[in-house]
Amino acid sequence: MMLAERYQPSMLRIARMYVSTRAVAEEVVQEAWVGVLKGLDGFEGRSSLRTWIFRILVNTAKTRGQREARSVPFSSLWSPTPEAERPVDPERFLPEGQRWSGHWADAPASWESVPEDRLLSHETLAQVGQAIAALPPTQREVIRLRDVLGWTSAEVCNALEISETNQRVLLHRARAKVRRALESYLGPEEG
Amino acid sequence: MNCQELVELITDYLDGAMPEVERRSVDEHLAACDGCTTYLEQFRTTIVLTGMLTEEQVPPEARDALLEAFRGWRTASA
Repeated sequence: MMLAERYQPSMLRIARMYVSTRAVAEEVVQEAWVGVLKGLDGFEGRSSLRTWIFRILVNTAKTRGQREARSVPFSSLWSPTPEAERPVDPERFLPEGQRWSGHWADAPASWESVPEDRLLSHETLAQVGQAIAALPPTQREVIRLRDVLGWTSAEVCNALEISETNQRVLLHRARAKVRRALESYLGPEEG
Repeated sequence: MNCQELVELITDYLDGAMPEVERRSVDEHLAACDGCTTYLEQFRTTIVLTGMLTEEQVPPEARDALLEAFRGWRTASA
C-alpha cells in the first residue's frame, strides 16, 4: 500500500514521542491504520487525508502513552544556556531569592482548547515554516533533518559530524523557538 | 529541579538521552506541575506540526554556507 509506505517513517517518529519503545510505536501505527480504515467512510474531506490520518495517529499514540510510563536509558549533561537561547523567556519564571524561584510565574496555556481545524491549518503550518526559516543555519539544518525529514539522532550526527550533545542542543533551541512562535500565534488574544 | 531547569531538558527527555535518576526527577516534577505538563504537551505538538511540513516547505541550506556554519560547532564540541 503506497500511502502506508509513504507515511510510515513520519508516523513512527510521531508515535515514538508518546510511547517508550519503537516496538510499541509500531503497534500504535498499526492501530492507527486500523482506525483509519474503520473510519474511512466517515472521512468527509474537510481536512486533507494526510491531516486526518495524523490526527488519528496522535490520538491513538496519546491514549497508549497515557497507559504506559516512559522508561528510557542513556546520559547527557545539563549545561547553562546563553540568555538568547533560553527556551522560555526568563521573565516568565519567579525571580531568584523567592521560595518558588524558577517556578512558573506565567505558565503556558494549554492548546487543548484550540480547535483542531485551526491547530492543523495551513496558516498554523505556515507559522511553523516561518519560525524555522528565521533560525540560525545550524539550528535550521538540525530541525529539518530530525523533525521534518525524520532522521535519527545518530544519522544527523554522522551527516553533520557533530556530537550527540551538540546535535541535541541545536535541536532543542530550534524546537523551543518554533514553540514560542506557535505560542504567540495560538495564544490567547492580547490587546 | 524547578520549572526553569525542566524546560531546558525536554529534548533530552524525549530522546531518552538522560540518566535514569534525572529522568525520574523530571517525571516527578511533571506529575506535580501543570505548567510543565502543558509545556511538554506544547513541545510535542510543535514537533508533530513540524513533521507535517513537506520537504519543499523547508528547503536545505546551501552546502557551503552550512559547512561554514557548523565549523564552529565541531571545534567547540567536547
